Amino acid sequence: MSIFLTENSKVIVQGMTGSEGRKHTQRMLASGTAVVGGVNPSKAGQDVDFDGTSVPVFGSVADAMKETGADVSVVFVPPKFAKDAVLEAVDAQIGMAVVITEGIPVHDSTYFWAHAQGGSTRIVGPNCPGLISPGRSNAGIIPANITQAGTIGLVSKSGTLTYQMMYELRDIGFSTAVGIGGDPVIGTTHIDCLQAFQEDPETEAIVMIGEIGGDAEERAADFIKANVTKPVVGYVAGFTAPEGKTMGHAGAIVSGSAGTAAAKQEALEAAGVRVGKTPSEAARLMREIVGA
Amino acid sequence: MDLFEYQARDLLAAHGVPVLPGGVAETPEQAEAIAREIAAPVVVKAQVKVGGRGKAGGVKLADDPESAKARAQDILGLDIKGHITHRVMVAQASDIAEEYYFSYLLDRSNRTFLAMASKEGGMEIEQLAVERPEALARIPVDASVGVDAQKAAEIVDAAGFPAEVRDQVIAIAVQLWDVFTKEDATLVEINPLAKAPDGTVLALDAKVTLDENASFRHGDHDALEDSASADPLEAAAKEKDLNYVKLQGEVGIIGNGAGLVMSTLDVVAYAGEEFGGVRPANFLDIGGGASAEVMANGLGIILSDPAVKSVFVNVFGGITACDAVANGIVHALGILGDEATKPLVVRLDGNNVEEGRRILAEAAHPLVTVVDTMDGAARRAAELAAA
Repeated sequence: MSIFLTENSKVIVQGMTGSEGRKHTQRMLASGTAVVGGVNPSKAGQDVDFDGTSVPVFGSVADAMKETGADVSVVFVPPKFAKDAVLEAVDAQIGMAVVITEGIPVHDSTYFWAHAQGGSTRIVGPNCPGLISPGRSNAGIIPANITQAGTIGLVSKSGTLTYQMMYELRDIGFSTAVGIGGDPVIGTTHIDCLQAFQEDPETEAIVMIGEIGGDAEERAADFIKANVTKPVVGYVAGFTAPEGKTMGHAGAIVSGSAGTAAAKQEALEAAGVRVGKTPSEAARLMREIVGA
Repeated sequence: MDLFEYQARDLLAAHGVPVLPGGVAETPEQAEAIAREIAAPVVVKAQVKVGGRGKAGGVKLADDPESAKARAQDILGLDIKGHITHRVMVAQASDIAEEYYFSYLLDRSNRTFLAMASKEGGMEIEQLAVERPEALARIPVDASVGVDAQKAAEIVDAAGFPAEVRDQVIAIAVQLWDVFTKEDATLVEINPLAKAPDGTVLALDAKVTLDENASFRHGDHDALEDSASADPLEAAAKEKDLNYVKLQGEVGIIGNGAGLVMSTLDVVAYAGEEFGGVRPANFLDIGGGASAEVMANGLGIILSDPAVKSVFVNVFGGITACDAVANGIVHALGILGDEATKPLVVRLDGNNVEEGRRILAEAAHPLVTVVDTMDGAARRAAELAAA
C-alpha cells in the first residue's frame, strides 16, 4: 500500500502542453505513472507524443475523467489561471488535485480551498513538488530515480529537503513521499499525511519535515501525541531565519514569537518525536529506528 | 509587502473609506505646504514600518504651517528602532471622542479570512487580545462568500459597537473588505477607527500588507515598493530575479530550493559555533533548475558582499542532475573570471553525483573545495570564513 497515490491511479495533467507541464509529463511517464490525458480547451482532440507514448488532450477535466476514468489531476497552469483550473478540477469531483504552480495569490488559494470544502477533491499544494509512491505512481515533479519503494512515509513542506531525505534513506525506501508545499494556505496538511501513514500497513515509520511560519508543526505534534503510534522522526528548517523576512516560501515568515523553529522543535519533542539538528542527523535517527 | 501609513491611507481613500485630508512630505518645506493647504491644525507623523513611533518622538501636533515645518524638521531623519525616517505624513488633526478597532486578515491556521473588531481601539491590540479577549470579536469570513452588508452587520454587532455609529461602521466594514480583496491584501488593519466629536467615523491609522504573488494583476503596486530603504545587495539581486536575503554573517550561501537553503543556513550557524561564531551572510535560492547563468548571477552578488569571507554552494541534484550543476559552477567561475576571489566550498549530492564531482575535480579551480556531505561542507566553509 501507499497513501493517496497507487499503481491504479490514473493521472491527467492540467497545463500539459506548456513547457513545464510537458517536461514533467515526460518524467512522470518515464517513472511508470499512468498519465492518461492532458487538459487544454484550445487543443482538445489533439494527441501529444512523449517518446512514443501518445497522450490525448481533452477540453475539460470533466471530459478527461469521463473518457479515461482519471482520478488525479496535476496542475501546472501559470498563477494567473491556476484558480480557475483548480476550481474546474474540484467541480468535476476528481479525487485529488495536485497543484504544483508556484506564486498563486493567497486570495486565490484560500478561495479554492473554501470552495472545495464538503466536496470530494483532496487538494495537495499549491507551490509543492507533488507526491510519489515509488515504483507505482508519481504525481508532480519529484525526481523518481533518487529513491525506491520501501517502508518510510515522508511529509514535507519543502521540495529539495524532501529529495535530500529520500536520497539519504534510499536504501530503506519510501511508501509515499508527499511534498505539501510552503505556501501559507495549503490543501493537504502534515496531519492529513500523518493520519494516512498511521493507517497504511506498509508504512513502518514516518519522517516529518517542517519549516518556520504558521503553526502546522505544532498542530501536527498534538496530533502525533494523540493518534500516531508509529515512530516519527522530525526535522525543522529555519532556526537562523530572521523575523519578518520571507525566505523563499511565502509561508516561511516568522512574526513575533509564533512559528519559530525552536517552538516547533520543542512541540515535536514533547510529543515524543526525535528531531534531528540537521537533515543528515534526522536520517541517522531514522536508521536507528528501522535498524538499517 | 507592508505599506507605509500614507500609502495605506491613499489605498483606503481610493476605495471610499473615510480618512482625514493629508499628504506625504520628504522635506520640511513640503510639510509646510501641505499644512497650509489643510488650513487647520495638523499632526506630523514619521513614516516608518515599525510600531511605537509616538513614544520615539515621531508623532507631533502643529497648530500652523510654520510649526508643521519645524516639526517635520525634527522628525525627518529620526532613527526609530533602527528605521530612519525619510518621509512624514501631514494630516489634519482630529479630536477623538471614541476609538475602535477593525481588521481583516488571513488566518492561515484555519485556512480562512478573519474579521477582528472591537469598540476598544487605540491600544495595542495584541495586549487587548490577551488581557480581555471577550472585548475583541473574531468572526471567520468564508473566502468564497465574502463580506456584504449583512455579514458586516454580524461582525459589527458581535463587537458591540454603539448604536449611533453602527451604520457607519457597517458601511466602512464593507469598504474595507473591498480594499482587502480587490487589492489582494493579507492584512488591512484600522487602529484607531475613530469617532470624531461630530459623530463621524474615520480611519485614522492603517496597516496594510499586500500579497506580492498577486502583483501580476496590480501594475500599480510596484510603485509602492520602498526601494530607498532596501539593502543595495538585495536590490541588485532583485534586478536579476534572484531570491536573496541579506543576513549579518560571513559565509555566503547558495543553494537550490527554499527549504534546503534555510536548512543550509542553520547547519552553517551550528558549524560556525566552533569557529568563533561565524554565521551565514545571506539566503540565496537559485531554484530547482540551477542553471549556469543563474549560478553566475548568484555568485556575482555574493562575492560582491564585502562581509563574505567564504562561500558554500549546496546543491541537491534532482531534476537538474549534478553533472549539469557542476558544469554550471565551472561555467559561472569562467564568467566571473578575476571577480571570483573568495574560497568556495561545494557540496553536490543526488543524481549523477560521481560525474558532477569528477567535473569539478577535473576543472581543479584553485578556489574550489569539494566536500561530500552537507555537514562537512558547512564545517569547512565556516573554518575558511574564520581563517
